[in-house]
Amino acid sequence: MRLELGKIEIRDIQFADRTYIGDHILYVNREEIEKLVLEDDKLLSCRLDIARPNEAVRITPVKDVIEPRVKVSGGGEIFPGVIGKVSPPVGEGRTHALDGCCVVTVGRIVGFQEGIIDMSGPAADYCPFSKTVNLCVVIEPKEGLETHVYERSGRLAGLKVAAFLGEAGRHVKPDTVEVYETKPVFKQAAEFPDLPKVGYVHMLQSQGLLHDTYYYGVDAKQFVPTFMYPTEIMDGAIVSGNCVAPCDKVTTYHHLHNPVIDECYKRHGKEINFMGVILTNENVFLADKERHSDMVAKLAEWMELDGVLITEEGYGNPDTDLMMNCRKVERKGTKVVLITDEFPGKDGKSQSLADTCEEATALASCGQGNMTLHFPAMEKIIGMQDYIESQIGGWAGCMNEDGSFEAEIQIIIASTIANGFNTLAAKGY
Amino acid sequence: MAKYKIVHYLNQFFGGIGGEDKAGCLPEVREEAIGPGIAIAQALGEDYEIAATVICGDNYFGENLDEAADTIVEMVKNYRPNVFVAGPAFNAGRYGVACGTICKAVEERLGIPVLTGMYEENPGADMFKKDVITVRTGNSAASLRKSLPNIVNLIRKMAAGEEILGPYEEGYLERGIRVNYFAQKRGAARGMDMLIKKMKGEPFETDLPMPKFDRVPPAEAITDMKHAKIAVVTSGGIVPQGNPDHIESSNATKYGVYSIEGMDSMSPEKFTTIHGGYDRQFVMKDPNLVVPLDVLREMEKEGEFGELVNYFCTTTGTGTATSSAAKFGDSIGKKFVDEHVDGVILVST
Repeated sequence: MRLELGKIEIRDIQFADRTYIGDHILYVNREEIEKLVLEDDKLLSCRLDIARPNEAVRITPVKDVIEPRVKVSGGGEIFPGVIGKVSPPVGEGRTHALDGCCVVTVGRIVGFQEGIIDMSGPAADYCPFSKTVNLCVVIEPKEGLETHVYERSGRLAGLKVAAFLGEAGRHVKPDTVEVYETKPVFKQAAEFPDLPKVGYVHMLQSQGLLHDTYYYGVDAKQFVPTFMYPTEIMDGAIVSGNCVAPCDKVTTYHHLHNPVIDECYKRHGKEINFMGVILTNENVFLADKERHSDMVAKLAEWMELDGVLITEEGYGNPDTDLMMNCRKVERKGTKVVLITDEFPGKDGKSQSLADTCEEATALASCGQGNMTLHFPAMEKIIGMQDYIESQIGGWAGCMNEDGSFEAEIQIIIASTIANGFNTLAAKGY
Repeated sequence: MAKYKIVHYLNQFFGGIGGEDKAGCLPEVREEAIGPGIAIAQALGEDYEIAATVICGDNYFGENLDEAADTIVEMVKNYRPNVFVAGPAFNAGRYGVACGTICKAVEERLGIPVLTGMYEENPGADMFKKDVITVRTGNSAASLRKSLPNIVNLIRKMAAGEEILGPYEEGYLERGIRVNYFAQKRGAARGMDMLIKKMKGEPFETDLPMPKFDRVPPAEAITDMKHAKIAVVTSGGIVPQGNPDHIESSNATKYGVYSIEGMDSMSPEKFTTIHGGYDRQFVMKDPNLVVPLDVLREMEKEGEFGELVNYFCTTTGTGTATSSAAKFGDSIGKKFVDEHVDGVILVST
């Protein structure tokens, strides 16, 4: 599969009487978007707001972050099986991305697992979305809505808006065009016979009950490990439906911008031969964990991979899947490097992971989420601060009267995201 | 006059009192630098003064831990030092434990920065390196010359309140404290660098050497269930409505003990869950899913087991530090031993 990813640089978002892109500015017709969101009768109201880098603005509770994209050619539609048609598959042809802007869904919490984006101040250093221009879609669910129904409404609202805005870029000439290609397995192996064959084991959050991810619309806990062309993910084949801890939430934006896939392509043909992605999940049943880690190892062996990078989403329970995958893949003779974040307690002295194995000799740290930080009061709150004390990372009494608070950095969206997106890392002192 | 005052701790041997035969000697103070203290004072220069040296026998300290620590802390207090230094103990085990113990006590009770030095295989190093900055030394006193610059540098930094850098920069044993920093490259790039080296068979350095877990062997099976006293403990975050003890929804720092006396089931009006790691909806409707009181009461009535303890212990398991979990476990375990509980149903979520 070969994909041309055209990036249209977006420097600002402004409200206007129609939705279009002009001179690197995304103009948005407010009423149009609000109407689109309120097509869902589960939602009572929808309010739009814009947050820009360096503003004294806090967005919370954040559900998902999505970059607007559009499928220009090659078949398929963006977010297949969820917003776009499920068939044909995506990952080929041409896609345009609105680079530098995001859709952020906000609203009262579904679970405690929704976090914060600060557009300035100390927390901004830890959050990738403090550097993007964000169109915030603040939704209000109908009274008494069941949590799973509310979660679904919020998830679809964000994706719908992102797909809608992406359309504005369909006929715009991109500022840059990047080309990514992965060939069928035998051809790919033959292309760089002297380079080590490398794969990516991508573990999707699938603990269930508000910890879900969707692949072409399939709930990830319902599939067995499979192969994916890396370019599929760039067209939204995977979307986030989860409410894991904010700090290691893999938002839909992060699926579109998977850093491991990006890194593999950067080294492809030079230091490694990037063979593709083994997609797996993190189910809670032991039988699933055993079966799926066996299958991951089997796929790695079948593709004759020399090495794999493995990432997880979440912490605690998925650490067992991470270690099972590591052990079994290593035992097939494939070298493994793990990428993950750490939770060693407030004093940093406890065990960082919930499980270990002796094969886990190489691990790239994405930082530890228990470090505490002062969050200053902001001039403007998009959403509400009503839940800070019970959101993950907060605690009873952490909120001050002036709107400032103390919290662990795990309350910040994607601060320690366990796929190596950020430069944050932890070391032993 | 010196700007900074130091109090130094030595055992009977380095303090010049004697060898093993004097290991029982009681703590005493000398207002001068002695033994390795002389080298430390010289290297520190005239801005620093070892105002006093406390000497204590290793056996006395080891056999009278609390008393020795109390006495020595009082002795140190009188001099109001800027830094307290113990040892180095090199590979002397009892001496290492004494240095660690007294450093920890001085820091905790007097709030004075403390420093010791040990060979990494000294048993005292494992016990105290988490709490006390322990300069890496060789296994004998002959190695003092090598570690002296690190000791002196750290004393200066502590006296001036300057930032202490990592274990490799400063030459102390890694405390096992995980500290965040912004790396040059993002995690995915660092991981790829590591993988390329690993595939080539070249040396690489992991960010996190795998820890060794404290595995607890399961207890013997209960042979007489009919008379067994059973308790419920959960990490599922079940608390009375309103969460009276403010247990956190992640990384809990406390557990709660709540009565179930006179209840036949967990009523959703009385109990809820504050756990941040799972979907709470079903449990909020029916807390018996996590604290199975309804079934346990039936079994108790039918005589399947002797008696249900009339309270349950609860905390949040998600993101909770292992050190907190171990602390909760010890404390709950002690309570159960005191109350002759025979078995525990540990409900995780």
